[in-house]
Amino acid sequence: MRAVVCSAALWLALAPPVAAQSTEAEVEKYRKMIAEDNPGELWEIKGEKLFMQKRGSKNVSLEQCDFGMGPGVLKGAYARLPRYFADADRVMDMEARLLHCMKTLQGFDHKAALKTKFGNLNRESDLEALATYIAAQSNQMPIDVRLEHAKEKEAYKIGETIFYRRMSKMDFACASCHADQGKRIRLQDLYNATNKTEIDRVMSGWPAYRVSNSTVRTMQHRLFDCGWQMRLPNVEYGSDWTVALHTFLSVSANGAKIGVPGMRR
Amino acid sequence: MADPMKMRATLKGDTAEVRVLMSHPMETGQRKGPDGKVVPVHFIQNVEVKLNGKTVIEGQTSQAVSRNPVFSFRLKGAKAGDKIEVSWLDNKGDKNRTEIAIA
Amino acid sequence: MKTKHIVLQGVGAVLLAACASAPEPVVTEATIQRVVQSSFSQIEYQYPPEVVARTNQDEGQKMCTAVRNEVAKIPPAQLDAFVGKSMKEIKYPAGGELMGDWKQGENIAQSGYGMRFGEGADDPKRPNGGNCYACHQVAPQEIAFGTIGPSLLGYGKHRGASAAMQKFVYDKVYNAWVTFPCSNMPRFGHHGFLTTEQITHVVALLLDPASPVNK
Repeated sequence: MRAVVCSAALWLALAPPVAAQSTEAEVEKYRKMIAEDNPGELWEIKGEKLFMQKRGSKNVSLEQCDFGMGPGVLKGAYARLPRYFADADRVMDMEARLLHCMKTLQGFDHKAALKTKFGNLNRESDLEALATYIAAQSNQMPIDVRLEHAKEKEAYKIGETIFYRRMSKMDFACASCHADQGKRIRLQDLYNATNKTEIDRVMSGWPAYRVSNSTVRTMQHRLFDCGWQMRLPNVEYGSDWTVALHTFLSVSANGAKIGVPGMRR
Repeated sequence: MADPMKMRATLKGDTAEVRVLMSHPMETGQRKGPDGKVVPVHFIQNVEVKLNGKTVIEGQTSQAVSRNPVFSFRLKGAKAGDKIEVSWLDNKGDKNRTEIAIA
Repeated sequence: MKTKHIVLQGVGAVLLAACASAPEPVVTEATIQRVVQSSFSQIEYQYPPEVVARTNQDEGQKMCTAVRNEVAKIPPAQLDAFVGKSMKEIKYPAGGELMGDWKQGENIAQSGYGMRFGEGADDPKRPNGGNCYACHQVAPQEIAFGTIGPSLLGYGKHRGASAAMQKFVYDKVYNAWVTFPCSNMPRFGHHGFLTTEQITHVVALLLDPASPVNK
């Protein structure tokens, strides 16, 4: 029996609708539709394949990577990140640790591994897929970032300091946009990092499928992108600056139940 | 194509609500790539749904559908254990398929 | 591999024991500089020092950050000196005419262009925008506006366009901290983000009776 697919709900990438008042209702409806089937799940599937694949000059998979709970333990590892790693003598978030394992276990070159760190319409990103898979192994578990090691405590304080640090050509700090309640840039709602409910919601959903970018985005990308808008030079992937901020934000969201991939505009 | 597809089917009475996530660039042929040249059309043209091996939906889609589309539809007369297969064919001749049994 | 892991666990345990009595960490500017040095212009990107210096803070940014923008906490003498200095540093356009073309002002308000790096970097040869709509409602026809700053609808209608008013608005756009220290609003003229001429167009957008803002 031939029939054009008539009852199919085709998902189209919509630009934000025009009317300001009904905009939020429409975007909410659209987000609910997409949230029920998040394209980010495809990145999770891709990430699992990449994780198990023998790659790099050493032709080894990532299965023995230690994300903080021992080599090969993924369940719950993301929930405990960022944390201190003795073998690198620094605090690392999930992506910094992933890069570390790609270099040390798999023999990837640092710069080469990061060439496609952020995907776009013209290229896919392995890192985004891997990050989605790794994070998803902590789904339903609470964010549980502990400040035990001296460097972990310091990372938190550095992150907090940076969060409020006004800098660069537009006098912005992270707090300029993310420490007030109920504000928005153009039509994009801004979350308030000092509001527990909001920071919980936001941090429990990274990595997230970002509709406007047609790909999954991670915390490293978010921090990179904010820095871009703040007129800062591009920050290095997995660097201390990013890990410090990530530590501060994650600790603020401790207890929030992880649900990735999330969904973003 | 090795890119994943993901299907979910929930049974409500004798109707299965099915959702399929597909990975596909769905190029419209309007976009310019990084080299400044137009990226050629590349989109899913046909979608076929089979219930227990029998074709129940055959659809033709165009490049107007966006990247990584989600198709959802209802199948009446479905029951637990039924096999649903969804396959697609794109304008370059690439194919992909996935199959689940209704729980 | 297994042996190495056990050794690391041992090291970790020792470190934890040592840290149990460690004092709370103190973060100073030196700490931040150390982090900056390892986080920018390393392997992926190479920037000249003056670009990395964007992570530094100028006098006003230091002052405001120290009190998290609670102006009441700034010692009055310091605040007065800062505001006085800021006012003296304001540059005005060559001809002295502070009200430009509101149509160009609207373009400046709509554009968020300028001074960004990385993929999608802004071309320094193209004019920067003020991106006013990111934070403010300006002309009524534009409904995609932000709410970080107050609505500017009818701004000129309620205030007139006297020379004093033009100077007030010009000064505010040039250096918002002169009238409202530590404001969220960027100091567009102070940072060279907008030219003096561009600022006159923004003044016109807000004050010109012909501007849609005042209709």
